[in-house]
Amino acid sequence: MHRFANPAQFNRLADSVMPWAFSVMVLTLASGLYFALFDSPADYQQGESVRIMYMHVPAAWMGMFVYMVMAVASFTALVWRHPLALIAGKAAAPIGAMFTALALITGALWGKPMWGTYWVWDGRLTSVLVQFFLYLGYMALWQAVEDDEKAGRAASILALVGVVNIPIIKFSVDWWNTLHQPASVMRLDGPTIHSDMLWPLLLVAVGYQAYFVVAFIWRMRLEINLRKLSVMRMNEVAGG
Amino acid sequence: MNKAVLRYSDDTQIMAEALTCRRGGRTVFANMSFTLSAGSYLCLRGRNGAGKSTLLRLIAGLVPQSDGKFVVQAGGQALDIKSSLLMVGHLNGLKPALTLRDNAAMFQKVMTGQNLDQAVLQAAAKRFALAHLLDQPVQYFSSGQRHRSALMRFELVSRQIWLMDEPTVGLDSDNRQALAVMMQSHLERGGIIISATHDPIDVEGIELNLDDFAPKQIGQNSLESEWL
Amino acid sequence: MVMTHLPKINVSSAGAFWALVRRDVHLAWAQGGASTLTIGFFLIAVSLFPFGVGPEPQVLARIAPGVLWVIALLACVISLDRLYQADFEDGSLDDLVLSPVGFLGVVCAKVLAHWLSTTLPLAVLAPFLGVMMNLNADGFVVLIVSLLIGTPALSLIGSVGAALTVAVRRGGVLMSLIVLPLYVPTLIFGVGAVDAAVNLVDPLPHLALLGAVSLMAIVAGIWASVMALKLAME
Repeated sequence: MHRFANPAQFNRLADSVMPWAFSVMVLTLASGLYFALFDSPADYQQGESVRIMYMHVPAAWMGMFVYMVMAVASFTALVWRHPLALIAGKAAAPIGAMFTALALITGALWGKPMWGTYWVWDGRLTSVLVQFFLYLGYMALWQAVEDDEKAGRAASILALVGVVNIPIIKFSVDWWNTLHQPASVMRLDGPTIHSDMLWPLLLVAVGYQAYFVVAFIWRMRLEINLRKLSVMRMNEVAGG
Repeated sequence: MNKAVLRYSDDTQIMAEALTCRRGGRTVFANMSFTLSAGSYLCLRGRNGAGKSTLLRLIAGLVPQSDGKFVVQAGGQALDIKSSLLMVGHLNGLKPALTLRDNAAMFQKVMTGQNLDQAVLQAAAKRFALAHLLDQPVQYFSSGQRHRSALMRFELVSRQIWLMDEPTVGLDSDNRQALAVMMQSHLERGGIIISATHDPIDVEGIELNLDDFAPKQIGQNSLESEWL
Repeated sequence: MVMTHLPKINVSSAGAFWALVRRDVHLAWAQGGASTLTIGFFLIAVSLFPFGVGPEPQVLARIAPGVLWVIALLACVISLDRLYQADFEDGSLDDLVLSPVGFLGVVCAKVLAHWLSTTLPLAVLAPFLGVMMNLNADGFVVLIVSLLIGTPALSLIGSVGAALTVAVRRGGVLMSLIVLPLYVPTLIFGVGAVDAAVNLVDPLPHLALLGAVSLMAIVAGIWASVMALKLAME
C-alpha cells in the first residue's frame, strides 16, 4: 500500500487531475451561478431569497462530504499507518470547515427574511454547528501536539469519534420536526423540486466538488513540501 | 554460595532481530540485534538521544517497532510481558500527598491485586535507607529520596524482567552499592535486567552501545527518502 | 549471598482493577484532589445565576433545569482535565498500563472512579441547588434520574478529550474545545427530560434517548480513550 501511494505517485496523479478539475470548477461554477442568480424562476413562497439556496444547500452537502473524506483518511491513517492519509485529513479539514461555515452563514442570511430570525436552535442547525466545532477541534489538535505523526493520529481519533454526528445532521430534520425544511433533493423517491431549480443547484454542487478537488490537491502539495522541508532540516541537524 | 530459594524460569529469552524504530519521521535506531537469556544483564550505553529510553519503552510494549522482530518468550511460547516486567523510568510515579508506605501499598495492590507484605516493605526500605521515612508524606522527600523510593519497587513485586532508566542518578556510593547488590541477587535468581545508564554499576553484564545502531544517514529510511 | 524473601507470584486482575478504582477515588478526595474543588465550582457557579438574571422565582424556575445541567457539565469538564494528566506527569501512568489491568482496565477504572468521586456527588447535590433555583417540584426526581443516566456519558466522552490532550501542555482549554461539542446530545436530552417533567409531559422518551447516548459513549468513548492513551504513551 505504501508503495502505491507515495508522494511521487500522488504528484503524478495530481498533475493529470488538476487541469480537468480546474476547468470543471470554472465552467460549472460560472454557469451554475449564472442560472442560479439570473436565469431561474423565483420561488412562489420564498421569492428571490430562494437564490441563496443555490449556495447554501451544496455547501451543506460539502460540509458533510468533506467530513467523510477526513474520516476515511483518518481511518486509513490509524489502521494502515499511511503518512499520506494523515496529510490528506489535515489538508481536507480547513476546506470542510469553510464549507460548513458557508452553509451556516448563508443559512442565517436566508433565515432572516424567511423565518424572521438569523438563527434557531433546531436539530439541523445545532448539529451542523457541532460539525463546525469538530473541524475546529481537529485542526486545533493538529496544532497543539508537537510531533506531527502523533498530532495527526490524535486528530484522527477525534475525527472518527465525530462521525457519529453525520447521521444526526442527515436525519435531524426527520427526527425533530422543526423549522428547517426536510430534504427535497437527496430523497429515495426522487427530488421534489422543479427541474428549473434542480439544474443550477446540481451545477453549483459539481462546481463545489471540483473546487474541493483543486483546493485539496493544492493543500496536499503544500503539506508534502512542508514535510520535505522538515526532513531536510532534520538531515542538516543530524549532519551538523 | 547459597542457591536461590525461588528462581524465575530459566528458559526465558528476549530476542531482537534487525530491530528498527522510527519516531516522528526520524530513525532512532536501526538493525539492532541482541539476545538475552535468564540471568543476564544488558547495559545500554550511547549518547543522549541515541534511543535508550525509547528501546526500554519498546521492550515494555509501549512503543511499537517499525521493522524487525522482537520477542519475549519462555520455552518457545510468547510471554505475557505485562505480568513479567517492571519498569522504573525518569519519573518516580509517587503521589506526593501520600506516605511512602501508602504509595508502596497502592503500587503493590494495583500491580498484583494482592496486599502488601509489610515485612517485604521493611526489607526493601532498609536496603535503600528509607525505613525511617516510611510514614512520611512523599512531598517532603528530597529528589534523591524519591528516586530511591522508586527503586525500592523492584523488591515489592516479583517480576523477572527489570527495565531501569538511569537508575544511578543522584545515588551516593552506599546506595549505589545497595542497588548493585539488589541487581546481583536478581540476576542470580534468573532475572533479566536491562538498564540505560551513564554511570558504571558494579554488576557484570553485556554492553550494548546504541550509537552503533544510529542510522548512517537519514536517507537510509525508505519512508523519509520518499519525501525527498 | 543470602536471598531476600520473595513475595508470592500471584496476580489478580480483578483485584488490581478495583484497587485502581479505589486508588483514584482516594486521590480525588485527598489533599489537592479534584473532587472538592469541582463540587465547590458547581455550588458557586450555580449561585451566580440569580445575580445574573435577577432573583424572580419564575425566571429562575424556568431556567433551573438548563442551568443545573450546563454547570454540572462544565464542572465535569474542569475535573476531567487531570484525569490522565496527573498520572502521566508523575510517571505512574507507565506503571498502570503495565499492570495486569492494561490500557483497557486503566481507562475503565479511571472513568468509573471519576464518575463515582466527582460526577455522582454533583447528581446528589443537584436537588439542593434545585431548591435554591426554585425548580418546580415535579422536576426533582427526573433531574436526579437524568443526571444519573447522563453523567456516565459526560465522564466517558470527557475521557476521550482528556486522553487526546494528555501530553499537551496546558491542554485544558483544548480539551474543552474538543469535548464540549460532543456533550451537546447529552445536554439536549438531559435538559429535555427535566423540562418535560416540569411541564407535566412524559419524560421517558428523553430519558431513553439519554440512555442511548450513554450506551454509545461506553462503546465509542472507551475505544477512543484506549487508542488515544496508547498513542500518548508511545
